[in-house]
Amino acid sequence: MITVNGIHYEIPEELHAKKLSDWLREDLMLTGTKVGCDIGVCGSCTVLINDEAKRSCKLKLNDVDNSNITTIEGICAPDGGLHPLQQAFMDAGAIQCGFCTPGMVLSALALLLKNHRPTRGEIRLALKGNLCRCTGYQQIIDAVELAAGIMYPNK
Amino acid sequence: MTKAFRNDALAKVTGKAKYTDDYTLPGILYAVPLHAPVASAVIKAIDTSQALKMPGVLKVITAADIPGKIKFGQIIKDYPTLVHKRIRTTGDVIALVVAESRAQALAALPKIDLTLEDYPALYDPEDALKEGATLINPEHGSNICNYHCVRTGDVQASEKDADLIIEQDFSTSHIEHAYLEPEAALCHPRPDGVMEVIGSMQHPFSTRRFVASTLGMELKDVEVKTVPMGGGFGGKDDTAALVCARAALCAHLLGRPVKLTYSREMSMRESYKRHPYTLQYRMGIKYDGRIIFVKVRMVADSGAYCSVTPWVTWRSTVQCCGCYEVPNVHCDVYGVYTNNVFTGAFRGFGSPQVNWAVEQLVEIAAEKLGMSELEFRRINMVKQGSTTVTNQVLDTHKVSLSEVMDRVLKEIDYENKRKLCSFGDPKKDTWYGIGLAISYRGMSLGAEGVDFNSAIINVQPDGSVLLETGVHENGQGAESVMILIAAEELGLPVNRIRYRMPSTSNIPDGGTTVASRGTLLGGGATTNAAKILKNIIAEALLKHLGKKAEFFEDSNILDAERQVICAWYEAIRLCYSKQIYPYAFGVFQAPRVSWDEETGHGDAYFTWVYGCQAVELEVEAKTGKVKLLNMVAAHDVGRAINVAMVKGQIFGGLAIGAGYGLFEEVPLKDGSVIPTNLHQYRIMRATDMPEMTAIIVENPDPTSPSKAKGIGEPTLEITGPAIANAIYRATGTRYPDQPIKLRKQ
Repeated sequence: MITVNGIHYEIPEELHAKKLSDWLREDLMLTGTKVGCDIGVCGSCTVLINDEAKRSCKLKLNDVDNSNITTIEGICAPDGGLHPLQQAFMDAGAIQCGFCTPGMVLSALALLLKNHRPTRGEIRLALKGNLCRCTGYQQIIDAVELAAGIMYPNK
Repeated sequence: MTKAFRNDALAKVTGKAKYTDDYTLPGILYAVPLHAPVASAVIKAIDTSQALKMPGVLKVITAADIPGKIKFGQIIKDYPTLVHKRIRTTGDVIALVVAESRAQALAALPKIDLTLEDYPALYDPEDALKEGATLINPEHGSNICNYHCVRTGDVQASEKDADLIIEQDFSTSHIEHAYLEPEAALCHPRPDGVMEVIGSMQHPFSTRRFVASTLGMELKDVEVKTVPMGGGFGGKDDTAALVCARAALCAHLLGRPVKLTYSREMSMRESYKRHPYTLQYRMGIKYDGRIIFVKVRMVADSGAYCSVTPWVTWRSTVQCCGCYEVPNVHCDVYGVYTNNVFTGAFRGFGSPQVNWAVEQLVEIAAEKLGMSELEFRRINMVKQGSTTVTNQVLDTHKVSLSEVMDRVLKEIDYENKRKLCSFGDPKKDTWYGIGLAISYRGMSLGAEGVDFNSAIINVQPDGSVLLETGVHENGQGAESVMILIAAEELGLPVNRIRYRMPSTSNIPDGGTTVASRGTLLGGGATTNAAKILKNIIAEALLKHLGKKAEFFEDSNILDAERQVICAWYEAIRLCYSKQIYPYAFGVFQAPRVSWDEETGHGDAYFTWVYGCQAVELEVEAKTGKVKLLNMVAAHDVGRAINVAMVKGQIFGGLAIGAGYGLFEEVPLKDGSVIPTNLHQYRIMRATDMPEMTAIIVENPDPTSPSKAKGIGEPTLEITGPAIANAIYRATGTRYPDQPIKLRKQ
């Protein structure tokens, strides 16, 4: 069984070898997970697996049995309100073409769950595996800093 | 922090934004391309029988199936949608397999049997230029795809007047755009006979021409719609249009929707790259620091097809001396066919190569004179009223080159830090260097093309507004800029304006969204449409209320004394009740430009922008490892419409430009691209980038209706040479070849 954004799925035998990224996109229609290189280099397909940022194009469904998966579609509040990271990405101008954005947000979220007040250098390290060709990363780093302050104001 | 405005940010940050491959349709089929296994050969036979027997395969399509024209192109129609007979590059597509699933189509690819006959190949442009060389495109009659020149003054005579002559060769390499979303297209034949196309492309109108030509249809019968695109940088023009044409061909022949999504491997193999150049400069200078002549020969490798090589090399020609006044110029520029992967548009478009050379050359010259590189630049840089090397007088706008340079020098504390540079000091383990580069850039297409754009503002009965322009959203935030301009002109909040999903069947052809022309041309058209709309509303108010409208502010319409005449929605209601449509079609036609091919003289561009960038870095002496410490950029944008997005363009340009200087190159073997995926083609990562400062300089441009110019391309055309200059001052060694391959100690 795999849990995606709080919903449980039983996985039939014939899907065990299917790529997680393909399953999310094709079977669950969760197309917010992007495929940029399909070999685990660009980070566009990043999802959270038990709160760790992982590349879904490098995993088979077999690899994630009994896991709790969060995709970009699953981080909004139950009422549909934006996650502070999402709001921060919008406000800081961290979005251009948007193709890297879901993966960036999820890698940043995995970082902030562990480290509530990362330095800019720590943010850069955490996002090292997520390529962006548009922004030069600067406003993405700004966004993560901004979100940390909103998510954990008393640090 | 100024909060960014983007109309598409919410969809993108929640994962709801749908890019081409995210769409599907009932009854959809999947196509995949078969690429040529070698760069030069003649196809003797294509046996598709075994592939057709594979599960799920419906059809294998070859050039023989094309109902329209096999070849197309924006300038020279030399690019085959599918190769007919002769293979010219390993990016050529020979066949398309269409199947019920993508996996089935891919499985059938190796079952296509090709019989090929070897054909001589040329990989070096200099070989292709030789007398009697095999012709890559015989119908063109020459391997010279195009030639441009500049003949200004008398170089021969000024040779004698020069106190010093400097000769230096430079070279640049093929560069991959590395947009994160590979090419994709989804086409479906509509019941009304229209072929509807969505795709990851940045030129819907060019795409429409490619599709219509391939299918033998009229333009009215092809509708290209815009969906979010995962990056382009100039790279989603020809190849992306061809991918759309191929998907449309499959959909047309099978009568069903067809999706053609490229893998990264297919994209890197086929998609055009930035032109590699060789540049041979000879520059004459006086002891007082004046440049008195430049003689230069440039050769650009066009690869197997023309694409936009004549335009790319034209910009190199116009800007062949960088941003300097040079009275005597002899410039020859060749675009040359080879069997290499073809080359085309890439953000910067012929200027990064030239600036790579010139911005190092001026520093070599200054050093020879014992003069500071800043002083040498100040003596020679274009100023208000200067005449460019193509005899254009810069007097229609503020020439702000010294202003942008001074802003950067001050911000980075250049003159003090300059004293700290190591110049390869053997006593140090780490070498420090600082470097800068400056440029000017002609805006928009200039004399390379017809340059106009349009906007439609269609106010709905409830006062909400639909806006559309001929500019394409490439991810840069073009739609947001148009909304902001319209909101400002009409005095409305941005949330009352929706940028309508653009369609080639609705808005007139506005050319391609390239050349940093989106804000300038589309913004100009939006400004003009808003002015027409305000006149329509003002006439209605005068006629029916007897009030003279002067201002549109805060959703109200005001008279000359700033008294509210009525609310915006009341004015709109009045219009509809009086049979008046609050609808405007605005056009911006670029001011006149001129060009004479014989002399290379003319008013090449109607306005110019100015920029300066500086870089601080460290080189580890033992390993040659470079660490960027700081980057500062100042760019005159005319007027900043969306400050956060202008900064985003600057930061992003710096990143691609830094990669250009430090490590980006696409090595080829027998014409074929060696890197197959992003693991073998390194682009800047978050950890490679330093903190950056973006300085926005605003000198509103009188030739631009919105007073804004542009920012996309100027940002990455000088980062490379700024790095090269910093590395020189760190190591004491000049690196004329891009990318810089540091010699280890």
